Amino acid sequence: MMNTKTTLQSDDMRPRIVWGIVLIAVGLLVLFLFAFSTEAGQVTRFGLNEAKADAFVIPDLVLPSQATTYAMALVLIAVGAFQMARGVKSNSALVTVLAFCFVMAFLVWAARDKSFSLVGMLSSSFVRATPIALAALCGVISERAGVTNIGIEGTMLFAAQVSVIVGTTTGSLWLALLSAILTGGLIAALHAFLVIKFKVDQIISGTAVNILGAGTTSFISSRFLEKNIDALNNSGTFPAISIPLLSKIPVLGPVLFDNTPIVYLTMILVVILHIVLFYTPWGLRTRAVGEHPKAADTLGVNVFLTRYVNVIVGGMFAGIGGAYFTIGSVGRFDEIMTAGKGFIGLAAMIFGKWTPIGAYTSSLIFGFADSLQVKLQILQVGIPPEFLLMAPYIVTMIVLTGVVGKAVAPAADGVAYEK
Amino acid sequence: MTDKTVKDTPSGKQDKKFDLRHIFEGSYSTLLPLLAIFTGLVIGAIVIAATDATVIAAWQNFFQAPGAALAATWTSIAVAYGALFGGSLGSPAEIFAGIQTYFSTGDSAAFMKAIYPITESLVTATPYIFAGLAVAVGFRCGLFNIGAEGQFFMGALGSVFVGYSFSSLPAIIHLPLALLGGIAAGALWGAVPGYLKAKFGAHEVVNTIMMNWIGFRLSDWLLNGPMKSPGFRPVTRNIAEAAELPHFFPDPLRLNWGFILALLVAWLIYWLLFKTTIGFEIRTVGANPDAAKYAGVNIVRNFVLAMVISGGLAGLSGASQVLGVDHWVGQGFSAGYGFDAIAIALLGKSHPLGVVLSALLFGVLRGGATRMQSLAGIPVDIISIIQGLVIVFVAAPDIIRWLYRIRPAEKHALQSRG
Repeated sequence: MMNTKTTLQSDDMRPRIVWGIVLIAVGLLVLFLFAFSTEAGQVTRFGLNEAKADAFVIPDLVLPSQATTYAMALVLIAVGAFQMARGVKSNSALVTVLAFCFVMAFLVWAARDKSFSLVGMLSSSFVRATPIALAALCGVISERAGVTNIGIEGTMLFAAQVSVIVGTTTGSLWLALLSAILTGGLIAALHAFLVIKFKVDQIISGTAVNILGAGTTSFISSRFLEKNIDALNNSGTFPAISIPLLSKIPVLGPVLFDNTPIVYLTMILVVILHIVLFYTPWGLRTRAVGEHPKAADTLGVNVFLTRYVNVIVGGMFAGIGGAYFTIGSVGRFDEIMTAGKGFIGLAAMIFGKWTPIGAYTSSLIFGFADSLQVKLQILQVGIPPEFLLMAPYIVTMIVLTGVVGKAVAPAADGVAYEK
Repeated sequence: MTDKTVKDTPSGKQDKKFDLRHIFEGSYSTLLPLLAIFTGLVIGAIVIAATDATVIAAWQNFFQAPGAALAATWTSIAVAYGALFGGSLGSPAEIFAGIQTYFSTGDSAAFMKAIYPITESLVTATPYIFAGLAVAVGFRCGLFNIGAEGQFFMGALGSVFVGYSFSSLPAIIHLPLALLGGIAAGALWGAVPGYLKAKFGAHEVVNTIMMNWIGFRLSDWLLNGPMKSPGFRPVTRNIAEAAELPHFFPDPLRLNWGFILALLVAWLIYWLLFKTTIGFEIRTVGANPDAAKYAGVNIVRNFVLAMVISGGLAGLSGASQVLGVDHWVGQGFSAGYGFDAIAIALLGKSHPLGVVLSALLFGVLRGGATRMQSLAGIPVDIISIIQGLVIVFVAAPDIIRWLYRIRPAEKHALQSRG
């Protein structure tokens, strides 16, 4: 008995020590970078109201800069020391503490002697996370059925362009959204056809979709849209809809309940996909096909059909993501306007461990980093915003190594099924 | 149905009748890419005609004047492809006349002008050869290097840094050093995903994509900060003359030693892959990693090695563009080379000779596209459309077989990707 216990302990030892060291190191970093460069008497003012909110005005959160940064550093070091001595079971709790303390200290330091609209930033995080989340959901639903789709970027470009053209010519944004969904589904169907019917390597097919997407949309853009902006490329955008009562809740109201339809739709889809994937027969079949298609086939599940449907539905999600870029935000199409959001969505999917809620949460982190770097440029702190933008990619790579929280893809992900 | 009946006849030998398909089957592996390119160009032509306002107008009157509609279609395609190939290959008659003028009067200006298009195509093909080889080496080891784009950019930055940092080195030292700077930066960018794949099994596709974005952000910062030249634009300084790859002809012809270097490197990679133990091991890992492991091949080492070579080649690609053509680096420098490289490696079936040939083809297409845009008003992006289609057709040979009614031949391994 004793023996088993010691071996177990030594197995647990290494990650425990590593985590402790990481926490203490970040604590010291906070101390040296942020705490030491604040002065007594400096305050950081976080705005908690949006300009137009008038029902309940709550006072701004005013924090003493120096005390807060020191406190965050001490919390990190204390948790790190506790972790080394005793060990905390949950890795995600450690990540949460780490992220919260670091970001908090960083914000307090960056905005010392200034005021900073926390609500504004949180709400822009949700908006910026939306296309990433839709791409991630597209990844989740396809990969759970065992089909890798790295063509999300190209799919979104197609959908973005079609939706702006339909929106401008018909004048209906809802028709435009519908056309984006159909386009996404159609492009995904092409991918599905290539990889399921012709057994084309899934990465190659996805790459082809990306190249075709970028090429075709840029071609059409410079051949038609640029010359006829008013007739073809000026759709207008969905207005924000405030949900009565809920949008008046302090902080949460402006962040969650005062958004454009696509942002709401994304939140709803996350919940629906979660339920479908984990609580319905279809979800069970999907996961079975993604993990062990042969076994699923033996039990009478139609592997090909399941894969077709999942990839096409995933494409529809990506289509909504594409629509976000045009009718959801600027109302016109620009060449290569997705700017890699499809790939970031894949990163969010992995970071969220192939679950809808995880993928959405990770998308929010990516969205937060994105809006944070915009804010930092305004605040003019010394840190180059480019480094902040790099962070999500680096974190994804670390997650992929499995050192911090294992991310395991569905077993049959990316493998063509031979009957 | 018909295909099946053909297949079901006992053997092809009984069918003594002359049949095109026999010829096709004989040179099956070369035929397929050629048909893929041909089909891509045909669909490209359809896209060009279908988006041409004159053609659309003519087709609306098809029943009154069918001839006019067909003529308008033909003109549209002929003008576009004429400009494309004229812009990339030049006119043989002009070249011939140029040579004559040179020998009779000693004036080379006409000759230079006549060969300008074709040399530009070779200039465009140069980085494609390196980058295509980069992706091909990855494929041979069963790795999909989508990060050639980022490695290309990093290589360009590495070589431009070495290029402008020294001012008094002799060319014989400075140029190789600048090339090495590019190789090292690219190799580093490739080594990270290779190591993570080998050590932790982290998927190289995702990691190379992540490395691309890290590279783009890093370059944004470098070009706006430490490497920025004095002035407003986020570009680097020009490299020293000693670090430039020498041009063969006076300006404006830009054909340089980079092209020769690319051919040499292609031969070197061929030798490495097919004539050395290192190459054999890389290919074994690519063909079947499990078998390779049981045969005592060090998988970890080979994954890292293949990615280092791949990244180094992509870096060299960026270096060749900087040192031979641009002499400085700005934002958006990479402009899709890494993604073109995937198409080139696939079309060339990951064989160095195939890569060189497909790189030349894409050099011609990309080189002529600019002229097609200015002469015929066809956006250069048509090349990306053709390229995407070619990838689909090369990757899904069944489509081509079905289109041209080619009998399925012996199973060929199109590429080794584990």
